[in-house]
Amino acid sequence: MVIEHLGLNAISGSLVVLDHVKHATFEEMVELRLDNGSKRIGRIVQIDGERVVVQVFEGTKGLSLVNTGTVLSGKPMEMPLSPEILGRIFNGVGEPVDGLGHIYPETKRNVNGTPINPVSREYPRNFIQTGISSIDALMTLIRGQKLPIFSGSGMKHNELAVQIVRQAKIAGANEKNFAIVFAAMGVKNDVADYFRRSFEASGVLERVVMFLNLSNDPIIERILTPRCALTAAEYLAFEKDMHILVVMTDMTSYAEACREFSSSKGEIPGRKGYPGYLYSDLASLYERAGMIKGHDGSVTQIPILTMPNDDITHPVPDLTGYITEGQIVLDRSLDGVGVYPPVGVLPSLSRLMKDGIGEGYTREDHAPLANQLFASYAKVQDARSLASVIGEEELSAVDKKYMEFGKLFEDRFLTQLPTESRSIEQTLDLGWDLLGYLPREELDRIDGDLLDKYYKPHE
Amino acid sequence: MADNKIFGINGPVVTVKNSTDFSMMEMVYVGNEKLIGEVIGIDNDTTTIQVYEETAGLAPGEPIVSTGNPLSLTLGPGIISNIFDGIERPLKTIAENSGDFIQRGSDIPALDTEKLWEVTITAKVGDTLQGGQIYASCPETPSITHYVMVPPLLSGTVTAVSPNGQYKVNDQIIELTDNQGVKHALTLCQKWPIRNPRPIQKRLECVTPLITGQRVIDTMLPIAKGGTAAIPGGFGTGKTMTQHQLAKWCDADIIIYVGCGERGNEMTQVLDEFGDLIDPRTGKKLTDRTVLIANTSNMPVAAREASIYTGITLAEYYRDMGYDVAMMADSTSRWAEALREISGRLEEMPAEEGFPAYLPSRLSEFYERAGIVETLCDKTGSVTVIGAVSPQGADFSEPVTQNTKRFTRCFWALDKALAYARHYPAINWISSYSEYDTDLARYMEEHVHPDFMKARGQLITILREENKLMEIVKLIGADVLPDDQKLTIEIARVIRVGFLQQNAYHKDDTYVPLLKQYKMMDVILYLYDKGRELVSNGVSITKLVENGLFDSLVKMKYEVENDHLEKFDQYKENIDKAIHEITGK
Repeated sequence: MVIEHLGLNAISGSLVVLDHVKHATFEEMVELRLDNGSKRIGRIVQIDGERVVVQVFEGTKGLSLVNTGTVLSGKPMEMPLSPEILGRIFNGVGEPVDGLGHIYPETKRNVNGTPINPVSREYPRNFIQTGISSIDALMTLIRGQKLPIFSGSGMKHNELAVQIVRQAKIAGANEKNFAIVFAAMGVKNDVADYFRRSFEASGVLERVVMFLNLSNDPIIERILTPRCALTAAEYLAFEKDMHILVVMTDMTSYAEACREFSSSKGEIPGRKGYPGYLYSDLASLYERAGMIKGHDGSVTQIPILTMPNDDITHPVPDLTGYITEGQIVLDRSLDGVGVYPPVGVLPSLSRLMKDGIGEGYTREDHAPLANQLFASYAKVQDARSLASVIGEEELSAVDKKYMEFGKLFEDRFLTQLPTESRSIEQTLDLGWDLLGYLPREELDRIDGDLLDKYYKPHE
Repeated sequence: MADNKIFGINGPVVTVKNSTDFSMMEMVYVGNEKLIGEVIGIDNDTTTIQVYEETAGLAPGEPIVSTGNPLSLTLGPGIISNIFDGIERPLKTIAENSGDFIQRGSDIPALDTEKLWEVTITAKVGDTLQGGQIYASCPETPSITHYVMVPPLLSGTVTAVSPNGQYKVNDQIIELTDNQGVKHALTLCQKWPIRNPRPIQKRLECVTPLITGQRVIDTMLPIAKGGTAAIPGGFGTGKTMTQHQLAKWCDADIIIYVGCGERGNEMTQVLDEFGDLIDPRTGKKLTDRTVLIANTSNMPVAAREASIYTGITLAEYYRDMGYDVAMMADSTSRWAEALREISGRLEEMPAEEGFPAYLPSRLSEFYERAGIVETLCDKTGSVTVIGAVSPQGADFSEPVTQNTKRFTRCFWALDKALAYARHYPAINWISSYSEYDTDLARYMEEHVHPDFMKARGQLITILREENKLMEIVKLIGADVLPDDQKLTIEIARVIRVGFLQQNAYHKDDTYVPLLKQYKMMDVILYLYDKGRELVSNGVSITKLVENGLFDSLVKMKYEVENDHLEKFDQYKENIDKAIHEITGK
């Protein structure tokens, strides 16, 4: 028997309050039926006896205290899943919007997911070649990793994400078991379109599941968008044994949606008005990346976020950095001088790279070479700041060599065409070639044996 | 007891109306699935309960069952080598029962109740036993013997003893009759509430170092057994890496590693790595002395708050047996944030940055449970606490870092600039401090070398001098400095790169014994003294730099194996030879 509760007690922002509701369960889905025949869905977010607070996904516009009836579903938010979702486009709450009809579900899953038992996790060790030198050599992407791109408005993070998706080669994956889940949260229509066209151009569209919550869609749906996307990714990875690359953009919009929702609930705000539980909330998304023992599939995440005012200490990049396994930081000044991809090498990092590179994975010299490039490029910054005070002419001979190395590193190592894919060997050889511009005594991170084998000074 | 029912639900917080059955901090079972919860607030009509598991799907009207006991741990053999969640549920067993994803409502005993332990019973009928005294023992892992103790608040006369042999954790080992005549069946395990410190006889002075094999810590910023340390650092500065290095190499008998709100893959890494590594002191596997507590960042937030207490209670239990225990908490900021989150749900008045006003008192309660003590069974045991702090925006002025600083005596500040230059461990030697250095001076002088503290002092002076000089160098370059200052800068570079920087992936450099640390300092200072003589005789410093002496000292950490310390004499000879060549010309 379906009970419809007529009327509402209060409406505030995206929340409505109902009284005298029996048998409500926490986080259950409800359907709101309007007088004019339209329907909206919502979720119970607070219960006090018979008084329940419902969050309405499509917003409360047009709702009044008397024109709405509410029906409880008795179930949490679930997403219908089947292998057919590949190649389809969904809205933020997992409903198909490409006009191709409903999904015939093989199974249904709670979109909130459940934590992977740390005992069951497989430690990620397999290198993913992206073909981008700066990433492959210095912040290697590993299968099952979550590696965000920290960017800013106007920088080329979308191009970079598309290039990674297009070029990524996962060891052991072929066309059949590799797929992409793309979640757009609060992005502009043309950005979503850019991704769709790029996927199409590279012929992967039928292996992409898209979830679109554009910037003019209800923010409340935005909170569910990444959850639907990750539920789809987990299904494909751990039940269909596929390797899934999840691209989520833009996490800043997602966090802002959380903030808006939190303040309409009247919660006590934390830093910059974001809710105090933002860390746990973001973690419940990012931690859904990984690999599980006994399963062939994997979920690798590349979340993209724009740092407001390029501020890396802003709560969203800050909390993200504490959860994810490294970060790729794009640098405004490199972008300004036309370096693409403008990867700011020094603040970037991949935490899982140490176990997925070296002999047996990439090449024996990878780790020390990467270390040396980091250390030497850090010295370039010192030389540059000194040069800006006393002038380049006055620098010591060694500092001048660093200046030259820095320039070449940016021009030849960092810079590459959006269509250029370099193998890891090419990338590492290029790194050695550049180190050849520095005197051997300066290379204090590399063992003598490796130097003998690979180091060739330029005169 | 009346049937208590759920009234309200808001995230992990559940309320009950009009009940007088509950007491503060009591453990309760919530809902039909019997989720574990704890009473955190009582007023005249509402009881507030925090639930340690996901609350989605709970409904008002579901029952809440009181247990009458505070949230407690089961303490007994089988803890070591295990991995638990924040409230001591064994994750391996959960994985066997419910698969790769953690389902809630898993009511599983903490310890394996079927496993047989080889028990030797030391108590005899007629013995009078006080709380904390040992009545039996059993080998728990190849490197740890588990001593079974009378629960601290109990005492009496032994009235029955089982023979030596194989027992399960819940089998009766002895029977104790207290002075009221009540008989208590004592088994291999006991319960203890996580929020109460376990009693001790008295605290002792912290005068023995916890030897970690990390040069920047042992030499520059030492920590004592029974001490407390904080490792603050922004993301990517190597907090977890430093904690892992300490957990692997420090000379504690038992390691309790609490992953509090951190990454799932990191816990997997610890499980993987520690299973393969050999403890250099016992020759046994590192897992044989390690307990893991994992509350990853996507596991329930209320259990995160409890995980720190679970860790310290386990640490105290093994301390009571006379072991030196080190507890790593990574990260205490997540714990503080869990406090904040729950406080927010309770609509308490926030203090700084939304943290509750009781944050400092909670932090101090936790860190004060560290210490080196005389236990109730007259042994000496210690709990050392090393807590990572993840300050928001790497800003050390935020409340968790500042309050932690007040209650810990070592402050190992991780520095972003060092991490960016891949100088690891990225502990900044200028802004960090250790208050144990004078307490430990005597140990270092007696057990390592009489000149240890003197050499350390000289190193610190050189580094501080360099720090000052660098201000000038940044403005005008190093070339214009006089030769004696250039020498300071060159030697400081050797100290920074050759001594402070340490390679965790190098077989000899990952752990360095104290004597080698001293010898390295000794050689560096030898070169410094010789260099100063030369400079004061008017020889140009460039000659010294050009013949590669400085670079050879930078690499000596790799060249001298830990068991071939005599090679250091060769370095001194090389220095003498080189100096002779320069002055001879």
